[in-house]
Amino acid sequence: MSVRPQARPVGQKPPFWRDRAKRALMFQIMLIAAVAAFLLYIVGNTQANLAARGITTGFGFLSNTAGFGIVQSLIDYSSQSTYGRTFVVGLLNTLLVSALGVLAATIIGFTVGIARLSPNWLIARLANGYIEIFRNIPLLLQIFFWYYAVLRAMPSARDSLSLGEVVFLNVRGLYLPEPLFESGFGLIPLAFGVAVMASIALVVWNKRRHEVTGKRLPAGWISLGLILGLPLLVLVATGVPVTWDVPELRGFNFRGGITVIPEFLALWLALSIYTASFIAEIVRSGIQAISHGQTEAAQALSLPRNLVLRLVVVPQAMRVIIPPLTSQYLNLIKNSSLATAIGYPDLVSVFAGTTLNQTGQAIEVIAMTMAVYLTISLLVSMFMNWFNARVALVER
Amino acid sequence: MTIQSKMIEARPAPNSTIGAVAWLRTNLFSGPVNTAFTLLGLYLLYVLLTPTIQWAFINADWVGTSRDDCSREGACWVFVNARLGQFIYGLYPGSEIWRVNLTFATFAGLIAWLAIPRLPYKRWVALATLVGFPVFAYFLLYGGHFGLPVVQTHRWGGLMLTLVLAIVGMVGALPIGIMLALGRRSEMPIVKSFCVVFIEFWRGVPLITVLFMASVMLPLFMPTGISVDRLIRAFIGITLFQSAYMAEVIRGGLQAIPRGQEEAAAALGMGYWKRMGLIVLPQALKMMIPGIVNTFISLFKDTTLVMIIGLFDLLGIVQAALSDSRWLGFALEGYVFAAFVFWIFCFSMSRYSQYLERKLHTGHRR
Amino acid sequence: MLSKKNKLVLLASAGALVLGATTVAQASTLDDTRNRGAVQCGVSDGLPGFSAPDDQGEWQGLDVDVCRAVAAAVFGDAEAVRYISLNAVERFTALQSGEVDVLSRNTTWTTVRDTTLGLNFTGVTFYDGQGFLVSQDLGVSSAEELDGAAICTQSGTTTELNLADYFRANGMEFDPIVFDTSEQTVGGFEAGRCDVLTSDTSQLAALRIQLADPDSAIILPEVISKEPLGPVVRQGDDLWFNIVKWSLFAMVNAEEFGITSENVDEMLDSGSPDVARLLGQDGNYGEAMGLNADWAYNIIKQVGNYGESFERNVGMGSPLQIERGINALWTEGGIQYAPPIR
Repeated sequence: MSVRPQARPVGQKPPFWRDRAKRALMFQIMLIAAVAAFLLYIVGNTQANLAARGITTGFGFLSNTAGFGIVQSLIDYSSQSTYGRTFVVGLLNTLLVSALGVLAATIIGFTVGIARLSPNWLIARLANGYIEIFRNIPLLLQIFFWYYAVLRAMPSARDSLSLGEVVFLNVRGLYLPEPLFESGFGLIPLAFGVAVMASIALVVWNKRRHEVTGKRLPAGWISLGLILGLPLLVLVATGVPVTWDVPELRGFNFRGGITVIPEFLALWLALSIYTASFIAEIVRSGIQAISHGQTEAAQALSLPRNLVLRLVVVPQAMRVIIPPLTSQYLNLIKNSSLATAIGYPDLVSVFAGTTLNQTGQAIEVIAMTMAVYLTISLLVSMFMNWFNARVALVER
Repeated sequence: MTIQSKMIEARPAPNSTIGAVAWLRTNLFSGPVNTAFTLLGLYLLYVLLTPTIQWAFINADWVGTSRDDCSREGACWVFVNARLGQFIYGLYPGSEIWRVNLTFATFAGLIAWLAIPRLPYKRWVALATLVGFPVFAYFLLYGGHFGLPVVQTHRWGGLMLTLVLAIVGMVGALPIGIMLALGRRSEMPIVKSFCVVFIEFWRGVPLITVLFMASVMLPLFMPTGISVDRLIRAFIGITLFQSAYMAEVIRGGLQAIPRGQEEAAAALGMGYWKRMGLIVLPQALKMMIPGIVNTFISLFKDTTLVMIIGLFDLLGIVQAALSDSRWLGFALEGYVFAAFVFWIFCFSMSRYSQYLERKLHTGHRR
Repeated sequence: MLSKKNKLVLLASAGALVLGATTVAQASTLDDTRNRGAVQCGVSDGLPGFSAPDDQGEWQGLDVDVCRAVAAAVFGDAEAVRYISLNAVERFTALQSGEVDVLSRNTTWTTVRDTTLGLNFTGVTFYDGQGFLVSQDLGVSSAEELDGAAICTQSGTTTELNLADYFRANGMEFDPIVFDTSEQTVGGFEAGRCDVLTSDTSQLAALRIQLADPDSAIILPEVISKEPLGPVVRQGDDLWFNIVKWSLFAMVNAEEFGITSENVDEMLDSGSPDVARLLGQDGNYGEAMGLNADWAYNIIKQVGNYGESFERNVGMGSPLQIERGINALWTEGGIQYAPPIR
């Protein structure tokens, strides 16, 4: 837009502040100078403050012994491990609750979103009620509520609810038997891999065949059968090389097996239920965004209803659904940091909480914590941009 | 053979297609699957609602002064009743509470004026809300001038603090958000990349780490000897965080304005700020109101996080009241009360934003 | 241009708002405090006996009395304190960053805190040790029977570290259940989330009375650590360090000389040289700290001596009912000992 309204005698250069390009350049130089001055000011103040108060700085603390215990850890951790390791433990716990939260929220969200559009009045109202209730209550409150409800509803360790004396549930958590793999178990992941490859090949082949001949196999079901069946077959064929470590009551608590702590349950429940209410709205508006003409045209081609949904509506709706869906996933990951309120040992709780306090190195610890979340966000945004570019409709 | 000489009166529709029965048939029992779903839904409602209503209303205790007045097995609303003043005003001194009431009555009046479409002078009222009101509220709530005694911020709490945090975050974030959104659309590469980095940074980190940073690190950034009130620090954190989200909403609104508008304004010889201030922003802001209300709702819910840095917002003060040894064991009542208050605010705001969206989106609906 | 002017006005008013609520001052904490008109004191988030707000929202407790003593010494007014409630995680950064002038929040004196954190402990208000609170019906009588227990503790405390050490040294296992605030820790214990609650024994006494049924829980006899609790200041301001240190010593000395808040006016002419020096009748010992000669008189008059404060807040005159024990004066078999005023 190089619109220049005033007439100017030919040959006379405008004063430099009227020249767009020069003005832009100056403005940008000023901005850089301002930002740089601001940063220098902050850094200078911080250094002066740290020096004046004799606070230790640097990342050396990461190799010091932490000296505190963590209740849930996906890798080996003891109080003799280093602060660096507490960072990894916290990060893994964050990723664990986020991944399972994303999974559950997606399932609940899609179910409720589709129920919201159900022709059944009662079901649609119930789904709407779910959305309106859980969307409008702060997540932190829901986390407290579920934590409180989980703790109050559960029996004490000695009166645990048990399922066949193998699975136990009490106020200390859910105790599951843990599979211990013996030699020869390596074949099973292998079989799984083979099944996945075969399924991909099948889907590709089926698609080509469909385009050429118009015939199609129920590739989805066959793939599911393959992926579940083949590893199972191998498992039976190799004589089940797995033993189970069953939890048992020893002293005050159950020992052995896998323990799902109530903090995890409450956080997971709250995150899934809260995020699902947003996902349901996204799914609903995504489906509604598909013009009726599309459905009607597909029906005019006498496609059965399930194929109308699968081949016409859903692929187009997904294009609308996926961008906001991803940002909900991101929100869920960021919201998992509320774990610190109920003591689930996530990154913020273990690292930005306990480690920060034991070492007192606020700047390093907060910077590392923020960097983790930023990295996750950037990775997801990069994926989003890639995905958008791939599925975007090329219009006109 | 008979010839009908006059029009036959239209017969009423068959009973099976009108009235309650037909409605039930089409909407609830149109087939075996649907019937099953309906029954499932009814069962679900029964299972969820009966104990809830019994607990919350039928078996509940409403009046009294101490926990001894709660003898029945239902909810003990006496607890909420006894603490209501604290839940709403925090530790604000009792004789000064009129100041809080006046502040929020004024705010409610201004917002009502803005929200009701028929009333005139919208622009001036909006300006008063965004610029005049914060100053007014500061003098009234904090005091120290015009003969009003100072009320230290550590006495602020409860619903009042929640509202103050949300409103300050909003009012502070709006101008920064507009600047960032304009900067992000700018053709100057450095301005643009600065805005992108700024927005993506704040959007990429959880609010709780921002609050941690504001409460723990901000004082280290300041020159020695300057200490900022912890409430102000929370304001700074929330405002920066919110402005990034606001910028994205505003960018969405700006994108909805056809480029021709700006080009036509440029053709008339308007400079950048005039084009934006007189042509693009007024049109875009109207489109953005639903989005702005939505970010306000999430900000309103997010203010609960300040309890983690030791401020007593509504949830924080409810949580603190739960550990009062004279009132142990009423956590459920406290949480339900807080949830109800938050829900009322958020639900009515979301309804308003939906109403606006419907009003703005005419056409392409079936 | 209109919008540019608007922006300037906006910036200016934002700046004015921020400045209005900040306090700009010089490098010395004493001057800062004087300009502000109040001591900013970091206290706990509610620990009965040490620092907790009462029904009227007024802070009470042994740690709170240290804040009041400092205010009495500096301003002659024990009420000139601005309390800032801090949880265990934020307390040190709040002190380091200057948000509080003195941290009086049942904080254990350790090497790391005294050195790498850039802090200075000014004395000991309470000699404590870490203990265990267990539910009565668990049938446990010694900490050595706690193998495999789930243990509630507060995040970011020395207890968290001692706990890990103790169990490792005794070859036992435990599940640490870590909460942010002491309220949540009690809540977790009460809900049955853990078998044991661990903290300093004084805190256990305070937390126990917060239980719905205090008799349902007992404190085990073992004390597994030394926990000297005291007020903390930043490094780098020796004058302020001295003021806080000697405010505490004045309270301890007053008890030793038998001066109480009631008899302090009579004691002004007691004739004892120790008392005369403490109360500013003989020489001006406040001057070198930038205080008035009656600094100690004000502390004793308005806050009381150490013994009074102890009895009122945590001792037999309080719901906590903690014995003086090693916190008695050195003359009475304890280890509370203050250097002489001279």
